[in-house]
Amino acid sequence: MDGAIYSAWLFIAALGLTLIYGVMKIVNVTHGSFYAIGAYAAASLTAAWLARGFPPMLSYAVLVVAAIVVAAPFAILIERVILRFMYTKDEVVILLATYALFLILEDVIKLIWGVDPYFIAEPYALLGSFQVADMAYPTYNLLLVAAALVFGGGLAWLLHSTRAGKLLLAVIHDPEISRAMGVNVGRYYLATFALGSLLAALAGAFTAPTVSVVPGLGVDVIVLSFAVVVIGGLGSLPGAALGAVIVGIVRSLSVHYLPQLELFVIYFVMAAVLAVRPRGLFSLAEPRKI
Amino acid sequence: MVLASLALLAAAGPWLPQWAMFIVTIAFARGLVALGLLLLLRAGLVSFGQALFYCLGAYAAGAIGRFFGVSDIFIEMLVGGTVAALVAFVLGFLLARYRGIFFGLLSLALSMILYGLLVKTEALGSTDGFNIAPSTLFGVRPPPDWVRYSVLLSAAAVASLCALVVHRYLHTPMGRLAPAIKDNEIRVEYMGASARKAVHVTYVIAGALAGIGGALAATAVGHIDPDMAYWTTSGEFIFITILAGTGSVAAPFVGALLYGSIHTLAYGLSPNTWQMSLGLALLMLIVFLPEGLWSLATRHARHS
Amino acid sequence: MPAILDARGLCKRFGAVTAAQEVSAAIEKDSVVGLIGTNGAGKTTFINMITGYLKPDAGSITYEGRDITPLAPREVTRLGICRSFQIPQLYSSLSVRDNMLVGLGIVLANAGHGGFFSRGRIWETRPVPGYGEPAARVAEHILARFGLAEYRDRNAQVLPGGVRKLLDIALTMVARPRVLLLDEPTSGVSAQEKFGIMQMVLDVVRAEGTTVLFVEHDMEVVSRFAQRVLAFYDGRIIADAKPEVALADPEVRRHVVGRLKAAHA
Repeated sequence: MDGAIYSAWLFIAALGLTLIYGVMKIVNVTHGSFYAIGAYAAASLTAAWLARGFPPMLSYAVLVVAAIVVAAPFAILIERVILRFMYTKDEVVILLATYALFLILEDVIKLIWGVDPYFIAEPYALLGSFQVADMAYPTYNLLLVAAALVFGGGLAWLLHSTRAGKLLLAVIHDPEISRAMGVNVGRYYLATFALGSLLAALAGAFTAPTVSVVPGLGVDVIVLSFAVVVIGGLGSLPGAALGAVIVGIVRSLSVHYLPQLELFVIYFVMAAVLAVRPRGLFSLAEPRKI
Repeated sequence: MVLASLALLAAAGPWLPQWAMFIVTIAFARGLVALGLLLLLRAGLVSFGQALFYCLGAYAAGAIGRFFGVSDIFIEMLVGGTVAALVAFVLGFLLARYRGIFFGLLSLALSMILYGLLVKTEALGSTDGFNIAPSTLFGVRPPPDWVRYSVLLSAAAVASLCALVVHRYLHTPMGRLAPAIKDNEIRVEYMGASARKAVHVTYVIAGALAGIGGALAATAVGHIDPDMAYWTTSGEFIFITILAGTGSVAAPFVGALLYGSIHTLAYGLSPNTWQMSLGLALLMLIVFLPEGLWSLATRHARHS
Repeated sequence: MPAILDARGLCKRFGAVTAAQEVSAAIEKDSVVGLIGTNGAGKTTFINMITGYLKPDAGSITYEGRDITPLAPREVTRLGICRSFQIPQLYSSLSVRDNMLVGLGIVLANAGHGGFFSRGRIWETRPVPGYGEPAARVAEHILARFGLAEYRDRNAQVLPGGVRKLLDIALTMVARPRVLLLDEPTSGVSAQEKFGIMQMVLDVVRAEGTTVLFVEHDMEVVSRFAQRVLAFYDGRIIADAKPEVALADPEVRRHVVGRLKAAHA
């Protein structure tokens, strides 16, 4: 059961990262920053909402709206002002640029929200718990699983059933040709970056009621998301799901049987997958070079 | 010119305030790691996990003190470097087969594995790590006031030696292979050389240098903990290497000194914005200063 | 004359595409062989298999009596077979001279010199095996013989097309090959210059007693310089004869030359 929750959380957290890589071929370190922004926005705005005596049941909507409303401007700003000019550079250079942005955002977050922890337990506690084989299980966690399914399913639908989604698939395959066929690739990149960042922010928002929101919240998430995405395959949505499930299972097993290896085991699997199938468990063919 | 500044450093040393000596010593330590990164960068590879060897070197140095009572600073550095080199040798068989982002991510994963292991290892203090006693110099324990200075001298000596060795290496046929591998690996193979083997050798050298740096940092700080293997530590080393550029073997040390100074200054001025300053600086470097980023910039432009 | 290079029954498929079907050819020592055929006929695949870049699905390749089929390109090069490329493969961030020195350095390293502990002056002092002179001098000589001396300090990236081709070929000579595979040595070169370049290249190369195979689309160049022609079509060799015989072959005319009437002189 625990494994399922953890996997759901991992999936939501990693989805945005793999989407951005898949479309823009960027390893986005600011992913962790948006996670933190989402958490902070959700925590602070929900706390304000509840303090004003507004209906607690609507706090879930506040979580979501807060994350989206606060994270969106950041995402748009970053893409338009900085990333847009870097698409022709080497992928490692772009990664370092996103790393620089991550450093900047870490402090921006501190400046906006301060360094004291935020703690809003209400959305978590409000849903109470239900019985599973004489253990009380927090209902909130089911929300997480539901969210994972909604986001995953929603994104899949978006990509495969809408016109915009299909054009996005074209851009993923070949931006150059897409451009030549009249697709506004720049706009798709902006939309993708925004969507990916919002997903990260939402992941943070959903996590906020379960933890103490402190500076540095995004740091662990980055490298964990990397692990999930690499295992499933950079840029693959089903891969992110598979990666999340695998890491969730692996972690559960480790926590139960070999707690000392918990962290080690996740990165070991990441290294193992990189060693055996660098492109992840869902991969594509490679073209001829000479 | 470099020798002159080192001589100056050695002579002026005892009169420098303790905090300045510390900053310079740490600069030597980080500079060594960055020197290794320079070698890898010349071959077109960016390792996101040099912290692995930095940490290994530190823990190795600490371990010989804690479990065997050895405290000589040169032995600490030697052991640190050797342990790191051995691990790099083993990991190199795997890592040398990868390039680009996969090399980076794999090196990252490996360093996080070490972090994960150390964090749960009670015998080594878990997340708290453990302290390391001041080092001795050739069996002599320096009086408390002279500890920092003796560490600084040892650091300068070892760093200079390493820089010299690397400088020589860069002019050998093996050393000249790096930019060729970065430019056109296929041609390298067709000329009769093994790019994989060259990368492997480079990775081992870089690992050894980082190990020596880690051991040095351990004794300078007096404390070792798993954070030395965390990905943000690797990030610092990469920052330094970019700041420094790959122009000369002295560059990493200058870059490290600059980084350390900015870090201390910015943190002192405003603890909540120093990361931002660093981030802004890095961004400026990436966008406006191809000089420091010369190697990365000429790797190959991305297909847009 | 004994065959220095012997390919037997080479087969290679990429999914639905058959790049080689039972390709066999025995190349005599010291000969000059032209490989002709349209794009996709299998000429480059043939070269890729000989040099070890691709492994054939079936068949074998023997060089000086030794089976080289499973070897990697660097091992094949070390044995004495080198190749140039359709698109020149150069070290774009290095100067022309440095491009040569990398190659000579590899020769030194393979011979056991130039390792980690070698002396810094190795480029000016240590004689390169097979040349008897230090690397710096050898580089100058090779560059001069290919007419590239004036470009020695220019960055490889900014060289004009024909010069890039020549450098690419010069680089293949560094390891003193006994068999040289030239993949379209005159492509991208103007019609007037083709003959001159081909003559110069062959003069330099043949002076070393090297066996040459060259891929070429210009039939006049083929007629003039090849002693023997292998015509490829659809992954098979459809003709293997002297140029005048091969080029007159109706199959070759239909699939390679492109016209059934007699070719112009």
